[in-house]
Amino acid sequence: MNETKAPEAPRKLGATAPRTRLSKLFDNRWAGLAGLLIALLAPFVNASDYALSIMTSAAIFAMLASGLNIVVGYTGLLDLGYAAFFAVGAYTSGVLATRFELPLLVTVPAVIVVTVIAGIIIGAPTLRLRSDYLAIVTLGFGEIIRITANNLPVTGGPSGIYGIPSLTDSPVTFYYVTVVIVAIAIIGASRLGRSRLGRAMRFVREDEDAAEATGVHTYRVKLAAYIAGAVWGGLAGVLFAGHLSAISPNSFTFLQSALVLMAVVLGGMGSVPGVVLGAIVISLLPELLRGVADYRYFIFGVLLIIVMLVRPQGLWPARSKEALK
Amino acid sequence: MTQLVWNGLFVGSFYALVALGYSMVYGIIKLLNFAHGDLYMLGAFSGFAVLSALGGVSAAMTLPVLLAVLLLTMVSTGLAGVVLERVAYRPLRGAPRLSLLITAVGASFAIEYGMRIVAGPDPQVYPVRLSGTAFEVFGASLTLPQLVLIGVAVVLMVGLHLLVAKTREGRAMRAIALDPRTSSLMGIDVNAVISRTFFIGSALAGAAGVMAGAYYGKIDFLMGFLIGLKAFTAAVIGGIGNIPGTMLGGLVLGLLESFGTYWLGGEWRDVFAFGVLILFLTVRPTGLLGERVTERV
Repeated sequence: MNETKAPEAPRKLGATAPRTRLSKLFDNRWAGLAGLLIALLAPFVNASDYALSIMTSAAIFAMLASGLNIVVGYTGLLDLGYAAFFAVGAYTSGVLATRFELPLLVTVPAVIVVTVIAGIIIGAPTLRLRSDYLAIVTLGFGEIIRITANNLPVTGGPSGIYGIPSLTDSPVTFYYVTVVIVAIAIIGASRLGRSRLGRAMRFVREDEDAAEATGVHTYRVKLAAYIAGAVWGGLAGVLFAGHLSAISPNSFTFLQSALVLMAVVLGGMGSVPGVVLGAIVISLLPELLRGVADYRYFIFGVLLIIVMLVRPQGLWPARSKEALK
Repeated sequence: MTQLVWNGLFVGSFYALVALGYSMVYGIIKLLNFAHGDLYMLGAFSGFAVLSALGGVSAAMTLPVLLAVLLLTMVSTGLAGVVLERVAYRPLRGAPRLSLLITAVGASFAIEYGMRIVAGPDPQVYPVRLSGTAFEVFGASLTLPQLVLIGVAVVLMVGLHLLVAKTREGRAMRAIALDPRTSSLMGIDVNAVISRTFFIGSALAGAAGVMAGAYYGKIDFLMGFLIGLKAFTAAVIGGIGNIPGTMLGGLVLGLLESFGTYWLGGEWRDVFAFGVLILFLTVRPTGLLGERVTERV
């Protein structure tokens, strides 16, 4: 079918609009540092348990978004079951920590191994398929993981696992530990995007056939992106388990996957500062809009359509450094 | 054994009906209408609204009334599908596939949670409940309503097949599936045909929604999510874009699920269905009756 290559206005995700003073400000390399500073200073403004809990969740959510950004933003593969990796990470560390009484940190290598395997199991058969099939298969896989966690005795069934040890004793230190880990993860995702592999990913997104023709092993690149996304999601799951100390299948529904996707799309696919901004907006907005909680997901859905129609590049679009020179 | 086959065929005909809309839209504009399952939910709710407005229905009149409501619902869900296409999908035709898919996810969310605002988060009990005395055929017990529902599903599917295979409209649809630009040069109003395709596909989903509501008795705003996934699975098994294949896929999935449930237990039913989906996509991505499609550059 070639109507996807219609002559009128091929939309590009990384738009090259004329640069205004505002966009120069957003391109500034200090933006990330400023964000980190805000995150580090926030407990001095409000350090109630409630505020800390929300901020910790927002940070974990930002890590999820930066992981999904590798898959959706850089490589252009729609993953609708990202919560599956989040669940795999959280459950792996939760089971190991409660059954064998290991500290949470010790479970991290096991989590990485398991999520890599999970990424290969889903990615290997499906990444050869067209992108829209991939979306549904990942959605199905997300459901498989959730239902499996719901049915198996080792994962505690519907009530899940509780009594997972935290990384630290006080919420404030846990918040700081989370912020540092998330910051490292975000920087890592950003560096990955600028690496040789990251450029290959973006090439695959823009034109898979051309990438293949110029010698990019597209399947391997897609699998690498997928595995990277899985590891990011899994590690965010460890933080999640440590933060809440209890996990249940209800935390890993399609809704969770869709919210992370929304953060990525809203912020700007492929743009690291964008998706972090998107994640913070998506996770903090419900706290500000308590009164209209019933309308929340409806608004998110409509917002998703509007963003795609009006501003497909997102709030804080990615700019390729090559295009600016 | 025959009971399992019968249950499978019954559930499978629902899947087939919903899967047809998926398959038609995909066949023509290569769009996975992610919100298709939610049109099924919309159908169930609009049937619910009409039946509630009617008040009580006497037991003898249940089937005729239900058939009238079915037609009404098909029209309203069909129109909803047309609006969805006009608002969310048409402006993005020609955009990268990723944008379209994300829009479809957004549309699905908007419909689901829009319905939650309208109807509330709790499941609603259908005012009409199809239940009849069971009778035995070859050792399987089945009921009259089951037979009627299967009959309606078969009539709708045969009608659709004739429409696509024999009529002028169907020829236009097939032409657009092959090449939209050339079809428009040949005097086909591409947008109108796509609108009508959405109408038909959504109407079929709406019909399935009403039937499911009347048969199972309970509806809620998330009921379309799982069936959308299952319908996609059915479409893939049969060969997406291929109408007889999709019907076959629905029945095959229904049978597989029925036997899978028997062997593995009900809690693994969905896992089994998605496992089959992944297996099919790995081994035979074109489905049972699908043709090999080569991507043109």
